[in-house]
Amino acid sequence: MAENNFLVDSARLGERALQRKHELENNPASRRSPLAYFPGMEQLDSPVEEAVLQEMEDYDCSRYTAVDVRRALAHQNCSREDFKALLSPAAAPFLEEMAQRAQRETSRHFGNTVYLFTPLYIANYCENYCVYCGFNCYNDIRRLQLDEAQIEHEMQVIAASGMEEILLLTGESQQKSNLEYIGKACKLARKYFRNVGLEIYPVNTEDYRYLHACGADYVTVFQETYNLEQYEKLHLLGHKRVFPYRFAAQERALRGGMRGVGFSALLGLSDFRKDALATALHVWYLQRRYPWAEFSLSCPRLRPIVNNDKITPQGIGERELCQVLCAYRIFLPFAGITVSSRETASFRNGIARICATKISAGVSTGIGDHEEKYDGHQEGKAGDEQFAIADSRSITAMYADMSGEGLQPVLNDYVYV
Amino acid sequence: MEKMMDDCLELGGQRFHSRFILGSGKYSLQLIEAAVQDAGAEIVTLAVRRANTQDKENILDYIPKGVTLLPNTSGARNAEEAVRIARLARAMGCGDFVKIEIMRDSKYLLPDNGETVKATEMLAKEGFIVLPYMYPDLNVARELVSAGAAAVMPLAAPIGSNKGLATKEFIQILIDEIDLPVIVDAGIGAPSQACEAMEMGAAAIMANTALATAGNLPLMAAAFKEAIVAGRKAYLAGLGRVLTRGAEASDPLTGFLHD
Repeated sequence: MAENNFLVDSARLGERALQRKHELENNPASRRSPLAYFPGMEQLDSPVEEAVLQEMEDYDCSRYTAVDVRRALAHQNCSREDFKALLSPAAAPFLEEMAQRAQRETSRHFGNTVYLFTPLYIANYCENYCVYCGFNCYNDIRRLQLDEAQIEHEMQVIAASGMEEILLLTGESQQKSNLEYIGKACKLARKYFRNVGLEIYPVNTEDYRYLHACGADYVTVFQETYNLEQYEKLHLLGHKRVFPYRFAAQERALRGGMRGVGFSALLGLSDFRKDALATALHVWYLQRRYPWAEFSLSCPRLRPIVNNDKITPQGIGERELCQVLCAYRIFLPFAGITVSSRETASFRNGIARICATKISAGVSTGIGDHEEKYDGHQEGKAGDEQFAIADSRSITAMYADMSGEGLQPVLNDYVYV
Repeated sequence: MEKMMDDCLELGGQRFHSRFILGSGKYSLQLIEAAVQDAGAEIVTLAVRRANTQDKENILDYIPKGVTLLPNTSGARNAEEAVRIARLARAMGCGDFVKIEIMRDSKYLLPDNGETVKATEMLAKEGFIVLPYMYPDLNVARELVSAGAAAVMPLAAPIGSNKGLATKEFIQILIDEIDLPVIVDAGIGAPSQACEAMEMGAAAIMANTALATAGNLPLMAAAFKEAIVAGRKAYLAGLGRVLTRGAEASDPLTGFLHD
């Protein structure tokens, strides 16, 4: 399969900007070291990153055989070695058995419940150049940042649909979407929702503490890929380029008082088995250091974006995705698993019966367009989307569909203390 | 039979005929119906965090009239959070009963005994009828008694595991040494295990997953009811001796003593 071509030049970029963009893309020496922290970025003394990356480096998925997979499935508790076998190509013929086991683990820990939530993008300004992302600073899209009144209006529209859990997202621009702005959005969200999560640029421990006090209790940060060499080639500019600062974000969030943290690799950016291994190990090592925390995983695949509709998930089909998700469930039976609207309705229905515990509904990855999408009337302009979604079901439709699958949709199972 | 007729579980001054309590782990309307109708439950646990919703499927609406609600503090990571959740439950109109659950471990969901003692003391002072979920440790159980608990609730095995009486020896010690009702909570996976715990002298059984994951929910609920009654009767009757190795001498060795 041909590799994705991520690099797109907008006709609206000036000559100097274009020159700078090409320089970053073509000349590695023009880029900062991905290990160099920006001033003000907190450095944690934590052994987790080294442990995860070393174990990922050492993972050779071709070493595992059907015997290892059978042994892994026979073990009551899945060890790290067992997990590596379940992620390997040797486990592909055992997919149905893995799904059966995963379903038992899910049922044991979560019953037949599935939590519904919705994401709310409040700004799409971004200072990073991540070549695969629709929000990247060189992509020619309609930029928008909601003001307080607009945020509240969007929240009212969403809350009226019955949703009780919200995930607030911004593009990664500290200039445009500073901490106070996000804090205000959290306080507004507490008025309308029971449960407030954040998916924003990584911040320091004290900043997480502030956002927690504003009402947020869950923080999700996607590492995208755990392969440093590949990370460096995909995240060419901005704070996101600093790989270790991003890696330690969940640990800082927990130290800042957050109840739970979410993790993800974006499958398709690098060797997906290694990325899936590293994501789960990231959770495993942190769980040992912070045993009281709640952990969740998601497993997105690459999707087309505005101005580049050719992006594909690079050979990671639904079977491979299902294998990764089942392996996650068997290895980390206590962790929540979220399945994104990047996937189709039929995949999400099926995977919710096996291992997913959380599913988004009424999704828009654009800015300020919930009313248009929910009620059909258009008002003012909206900001462009981060990526194209594949499942646009409303909360009502999702509620009915999950019930139809024999699952119990839950809108809230949380209390802010 | 007279003995059975008067035999009630007393908690916080209230008397219950049923010794089956429904836990809160996996909730559904069918489960609550089966627990009340087929298992005869008079007490149903309620996770405050799950009731914290506007959803049309609010579990508070599932609870039949006449059933005593036992709100729990699941989600609390320390005593202070448990106290806050208990107060929230009271404000929601759930009454004075509270089951303390404090977990500082998201993997096994094992209770934190130290924090549980602290929370028990604080909540008992506020007039709650406190039922603390605990790891079966005799010293802690004694502290819970002093702190004002209305019962102690030791775990039989990791929650949701259906593994039965993994902590049997320690639960027996609590039953023997503690003057409060000992309610066995978590891990009971089959009616036979519930029966065994009752024979040992447990005051009641709390279960959820064993019913929720059964093939036929109402039938399993009925099986639990009968097993618990059978175990209770056996306990009240006094178990006969069990010969461990070979025959026992029928003439006592001390039969020669005449004073």
